[in-house]
Amino acid sequence: MIRVEKLVKRFGDSVILDGIDLEIAQGEIIVVIGPSGTGKSTLLRCLNFLERPDSGRLKLGDLDLDVAAVNAKDMLAARRRTAFVFQNYALFANKTALENIAEGLIVVNRWPKKKAYARALEILERIGLASKANAYPASLSGGQQQRVGIGRAMAAKADIILFDEPTSSLDPEWVEEVLGLMKQLAAERQTMLVVTHEMSFARDVADRVIFMEGGRIVEQGPPSQLFNAPRDPRTQNFLRKVLATSSSGSISANNDALSVSE
Amino acid sequence: MNLLDINYMLELVPILLRYLPLTLGMAAAGMVLALMLSAGLAVIRVLRIPGLNAATMLFISFFRGTPLLVQLFLFYYGLPQVMSFLTTIDGITATIMGLTLHFSAYMAESIRAAIVGVDRSQTEAALSIGMTNGQLMRRIVLPQATRVAVPTLMNYFIDMIKATSLAFTLGVTELMGATQKEASGSFMYFESFVVVACIYWAIVELLAWFQRRLENRFNEAYRR
Repeated sequence: MIRVEKLVKRFGDSVILDGIDLEIAQGEIIVVIGPSGTGKSTLLRCLNFLERPDSGRLKLGDLDLDVAAVNAKDMLAARRRTAFVFQNYALFANKTALENIAEGLIVVNRWPKKKAYARALEILERIGLASKANAYPASLSGGQQQRVGIGRAMAAKADIILFDEPTSSLDPEWVEEVLGLMKQLAAERQTMLVVTHEMSFARDVADRVIFMEGGRIVEQGPPSQLFNAPRDPRTQNFLRKVLATSSSGSISANNDALSVSE
Repeated sequence: MNLLDINYMLELVPILLRYLPLTLGMAAAGMVLALMLSAGLAVIRVLRIPGLNAATMLFISFFRGTPLLVQLFLFYYGLPQVMSFLTTIDGITATIMGLTLHFSAYMAESIRAAIVGVDRSQTEAALSIGMTNGQLMRRIVLPQATRVAVPTLMNYFIDMIKATSLAFTLGVTELMGATQKEASGSFMYFESFVVVACIYWAIVELLAWFQRRLENRFNEAYRR
C-alpha cells in the first residue's frame, strides 16, 4: 500500500502541491486528470524524488518517510519502489532496447548480466518487441520507444508504476499501441498512477479518477461517477472543455452524459 | 638548377623520419596528460566545486589567453630563474608540460560542454530507476558525452602534433629541429621544408582517417 500525507511542493514562492493526501491500494489503477500546470506531473515526480517535496509523509510499503528529512539512502530506496514512465520516453540513448530494460537490474539490483538479460528478453516478449532487442532507441518509432520505456519500468518490479503523460509526445498513430500495453498491465493488476489527457483511457481502465487543480485534489471517484456526475463546478468546467475539443466517439457519449447531468 | 631536387628530398625522408618517434612521443605524452587534467577540470566546472571552480576558470583563462610559444619560453627559460629545482628542466619535459597545460585549457571546455550537453532526461531516467550519481555518470552521461567530445578532442590532438614543432625553439631536435639542421647544412631550404610539411600532413591525414572510423563506431547507436 502507498500513502501520501499532506505532500507540499513549492517552486520559489509558488505552491505547486498544496497538501496532497492520497492512498493507493495494491493493484489499483488511478488516473489523474486536470488542467496543465496544476501539479499532476509534479506529484508523480515527488513520489519518485525527481523533485524533492518540501514537506509531508510518504509511505511505500514498509518504507515510511518524512519527506523533509530523507537522506540519500531513503531516496534511492523510494526510487526503487516507484518506477517512472516519462512523457519523452527518456530511453538511454547509448543502450539497446534490451540493455535499457536490463540496466537497472544490473546496476541497481546487482543481478548478474546473464540473468538480467534473460529477464529483459522476457519483458521484451511481453511488450511485443523481442525482435528489436538489439535496436538502439534512435532506430525505434515513438510508440516502440515508449513501450521499451514501460518495459524498463516493469523490470524494476516496483510497488507502483508512475506514468507521466505517456502518450502526449506520440504521433497519433502510435498512441493506441502504448495505451494497449498499459491496458494489458492494468488487466494484470499492476498498481499504477497515470497522468494523462486520454479521457477514454481514464474511463475504460481506471478504478479511480482524480481531478486536480491548483495543486489540490478537487474531486475523486470511480470514472462512472466522475465523468457522468461530477460534483465540483471546477471538474464540470474542465470536463466540458476537454470533452468538447475531442472528436472521439467514446468521448461524445460522455459529453451527452455530461449535458444530461447538468 | 632544377626547381626541386627530388633526389635530395627522397634522401631526406628517412633521415627526418628518425625524429618522428620523438615528435609523436611528445604529442602522445602531452595528450594523455592533457586528457587526465582536462577531465578533472571539466568535472570541477560541471559540479561547480567551490574554490576549485574559480581557480579552474583562472587557469583556463590564462592558458587559453596566452600564446603557446610564450608559455614554453616561460617554462624553459623563465621558471628556472625563480624556482631553483627546475634548473635541470630539459626541452622535452618543458614542451610536454607546455602542451599539457595549454591544450587541457581548451579540452576542459569541450569536455564540460559535452557533459552539460547530454540531455537532462537521460539523468532523470537513470535517477528514476535508483542509480547513484556516480553510476549514472559512468554508465549513461560520460559514454554519451565521449561521443560528442571525440571529434573535438581528436582535432586538439592533431593540433598538438603540429605544435610539437615549437620544441625546436627550446633546442629540442625533433622533426622540425632536424629539418632546420639539415636545411642549413645543405642550403636546400625549400626542399627540406616541403618534405617536413608533407610528413606532418601525412601523419595528420592518417589520424583523420582513424578519427572517422572512431566516430562511425560511436555513432552506431544513433543511426535511424
